[in-house]
Amino acid sequence: MVEKMAAKKDRRGWFIMVGAVRISAALFIASGAFAATDLELERAGNDPDNIKSLQSGARNFMNYCAGCHSAKYVRFNTLARDLELSEDQLVNNLMFNAEKTFETIQATMPLDDAARWFGQPPPDMSLMARARGTDYVYNFLMSFYIDPESPTGVDNRVLPGTSMPHVLWELQGYQNAIFHEDENGNPEVVGLEPASKGTMTEDEFREFVVDTTNFLEYISEPIRSTRRVLGVWVLMFLIVFWIIASMLKKQIWKDVT
Amino acid sequence: MARIESEVGTRAGAVMKWIDDRFPFSETMKYHVTEYYASKNFNWWYIFGVLAMVVLVIQILTGIFLTMNYKPSATEAFASVEYIMRDVEWGWLIRYAHSTGASFFFIVVYLHMFRAMLYGSYQKPRELIWIIGMMIFFALFAEAFAGYLLPWGQMSYWGAQVIISLAGAIPFVGDALVEWIRGDYSISDITLNRFFAFHVILIPLALVALVFVHIVALHHVGSNNPDGVEIKNKKGPDGVPLDGVAFHPYHTSKDLVGIIVFLMLFSAIVFFAPDMGGYFLEHANFEPANMMATPEHIAPVWYFTPFYAILRAVPDKLWGAILMAGSVLLPVFLPWLDQSRVKSIRYRGWIYKMALTLFAISFITLGWLGLQPAEGTYVLLARIFSVIYFAFFLLMPYYTRIDKTKPVPDRVVYHG
Repeated sequence: MVEKMAAKKDRRGWFIMVGAVRISAALFIASGAFAATDLELERAGNDPDNIKSLQSGARNFMNYCAGCHSAKYVRFNTLARDLELSEDQLVNNLMFNAEKTFETIQATMPLDDAARWFGQPPPDMSLMARARGTDYVYNFLMSFYIDPESPTGVDNRVLPGTSMPHVLWELQGYQNAIFHEDENGNPEVVGLEPASKGTMTEDEFREFVVDTTNFLEYISEPIRSTRRVLGVWVLMFLIVFWIIASMLKKQIWKDVT
Repeated sequence: MARIESEVGTRAGAVMKWIDDRFPFSETMKYHVTEYYASKNFNWWYIFGVLAMVVLVIQILTGIFLTMNYKPSATEAFASVEYIMRDVEWGWLIRYAHSTGASFFFIVVYLHMFRAMLYGSYQKPRELIWIIGMMIFFALFAEAFAGYLLPWGQMSYWGAQVIISLAGAIPFVGDALVEWIRGDYSISDITLNRFFAFHVILIPLALVALVFVHIVALHHVGSNNPDGVEIKNKKGPDGVPLDGVAFHPYHTSKDLVGIIVFLMLFSAIVFFAPDMGGYFLEHANFEPANMMATPEHIAPVWYFTPFYAILRAVPDKLWGAILMAGSVLLPVFLPWLDQSRVKSIRYRGWIYKMALTLFAISFITLGWLGLQPAEGTYVLLARIFSVIYFAFFLLMPYYTRIDKTKPVPDRVVYHG
């Protein structure tokens, strides 16, 4: 009897899952795509070769993001090597919740609790910049605005309905959305304006977000700068090899008429 | 028994004789390498066969090392790919070479096939080479499709979902067939495991066997050339074709130059643009597979998109699947669809030249359309170019017969 009930419950779960897939698929089709992709994104303009910016980004990430977001494929020792940090700097400034330098970046908040509090666990950040693009990350962090109807008190212009609170409110201050009615009379966000002052100026905050975005780009592919340096050597070798091979070919073919 | 003459009487020569008495080594080397004669006037179109071999070797070698670190399990696959990318020594290079190799395999094979269409390489007596080649192409399709599921990203999952569900369009048995392919009610760990088995052993084995047979058939009849002239018809007193040069050292030294140029392009992508702007590695595939969230826009990898566009151009699912299968299968019949008396584009009339140009344009445009959402003008365009694609093959028996051809010379054209 119990087994039967369990089986029934399983099947119910299955139907819900299939239903959810169908509904989400229908929603995506209905909305065309994420509203996010329709929005014209501002260029992030970050430079992953700028080590200083990456160091700041790492500090920002560990202080403001890693409480909730993991970066579970990123090891602290790799970070220290690539960002030119000493072990002391690493341990004292970045490793708040890790013991050993070979550990990866885990969120401080337990995932189960997070899922209960926010409706879904905050996504892992290891590959976010690669999956969505740096412009997306940059614009997302810049675009929280006051929405009294949202449980977190804010909404986001880039990802409407996000369950993420405005973590950086203290630095940026709050923003109000400028609404405009579209052709069907529905309100549409056309811009954002400051509602309160933060501890940072607008330029300081922009730099803060650029550095954070930069760090996210770095962790999405830590090997990036190595491969680009190595690639130059590989191509130079191939050019030399090509010259020699062309001479060899010419020599061998000289009698063919 | 054929032997390398310079080595007769030496110790190496004695070893060679011992081997040759038991295995046709020298004979085989002569037949396939040192005394295999191919036309001296090959142009750059003729590099893509050897490049396809180079890519096959790259894929097998990198594949072996990937298999050592990859975990074919729904819970571990995605993380194991990131492990390869971040923690395995040189793992990133191996993985990028493999993912870039997948796309380059298709670039090279599509150009290799187009070369055959330019110079009528599928015509008598090379029909079987062409058919074996088409089988290699189908195997490559299956190989790429199975391989794309393995990283277990969002596109892996949903792309496979869309393509496998096509079998569901078949009346009566469709749904059962889909379940049989997946081995489950949805794409799951079971599907991933069997696709892994197909990708690393079944299909590669078939590919290597087919490539071997492709080359045996080629060396039996001899290579075509840009003039479509049979060089075997004009032989010197020594029995060597007057316009032929030995594969080694002539064609090998020439191919080496082409291979290096290819490796430059290949390395440029591996080292500077491994994503290729989202075409070689799709952005959405950097998110782990999630059966609860459909990606906003599902598109197969670029090399499948011409056929995918044909599928979507048809409003009915079953007919779409039938036409897509037709578009992939039709080229098999080229040797019999083409009724022209000449092989090479150099001696064909304006009708075939125009038809081939239109075909190339429609193939590329369909490829682009397959990446766009299936709505509005895109669907209309996909329909127009699908009609051109099919017309190229189906009307070929008529237009190649009435096309005015030019006289073909006795010997190949060669300017030194």
